[in-house]
Amino acid sequence: MLWGLATIAIVGFVWLQVSTRSEQRIDDPAFRADFELTDHQGMVQTDEDFAGRWMLVFFGFANCPDVCPTTLAEVAAVMDALCSDAAKVQPLFISIDPERDTPEQLAEFVPAFDADIIGLTGTADQIKRTTETFRVYFEKIEEAASPDGYTMGHSSQLFLFDPQGGYVGAWTYGTPAEEILADLKARMSI
Amino acid sequence: MKSSIAATIFASCLFVGLPTTTVAGSEDVVVENAWSRASIGINRPGAAYMTLRNTGTDPVTLVGLETPLAMMPDIHETKTDANGVSSMAPAGEIMIPPGESVSLEPGGLHAMLMRLQTKMVEGETFPLTLNFADGGTRTVDVPILGIAARGPEG
Repeated sequence: MLWGLATIAIVGFVWLQVSTRSEQRIDDPAFRADFELTDHQGMVQTDEDFAGRWMLVFFGFANCPDVCPTTLAEVAAVMDALCSDAAKVQPLFISIDPERDTPEQLAEFVPAFDADIIGLTGTADQIKRTTETFRVYFEKIEEAASPDGYTMGHSSQLFLFDPQGGYVGAWTYGTPAEEILADLKARMSI
Repeated sequence: MKSSIAATIFASCLFVGLPTTTVAGSEDVVVENAWSRASIGINRPGAAYMTLRNTGTDPVTLVGLETPLAMMPDIHETKTDANGVSSMAPAGEIMIPPGESVSLEPGGLHAMLMRLQTKMVEGETFPLTLNFADGGTRTVDVPILGIAARGPEG
């Protein structure tokens, strides 16, 4: 019981710190990473497959020319800078464009930024369920000029989960890798 | 220090072509720090970034883009709302007030390169022509950096 309270207190404290910094507005800090998706190599992966590692989770789509490559580049820089501690962190890029983002499409796109980043996709249903769990928003925006006539709007934060899969906090889009790295190292006590 | 700034400006100016017509205003635009990321194939749109500085005394309006690299280049803008939701839409015309700069940078305005004709290869450059409302044009050679580049320095 005491341990439970202490954990809640610690998680709450950490969340508040991260949330203050990134101005996050997620009301309930006690949510967990929960998903079953297919990775860019065609393997089914669930949150349990990454238990014991910190998870950096972000959402996007392979046809995204600006926000997604930028976040992928920042995450790649963070992973590089973590050196041997990189093994303790698993970055996950979850597609919100399952119509186009097959595992093959993600295999072309995601690891090009950093071999450690895993791209995850699934059926439209699986993606919808995943976004509900993670409380992220996405929408299809019709736009004649875009490839296939549409683009996607989506939550662009980078979410951090602890090795037990508990939500720690999030960085808003555009947070420089150096700042993410410093925060992350503090959380991981490394 | 002054000379190094001058050198930087001079170096940036090397990327800028001469105005092709007699125009009012757009000849005062200086294009700096142009960069883009390498692409994987040609199926997905690319993006290019740069800073446009209006050194003149009249406002200048960027109205369009042309490049042999992409069939449909256009200025797009990414906006992120208070809930952290990002989306992207055509930005329309971009006015640069006299003495001010407009930055095309990740997460904001960018030259969206739709329908790539060739792969964007790291280490190469491609010409991007900026069309201004006064009829002036500028052609910039945009360096293609690595796919995980974070800015004009790589």
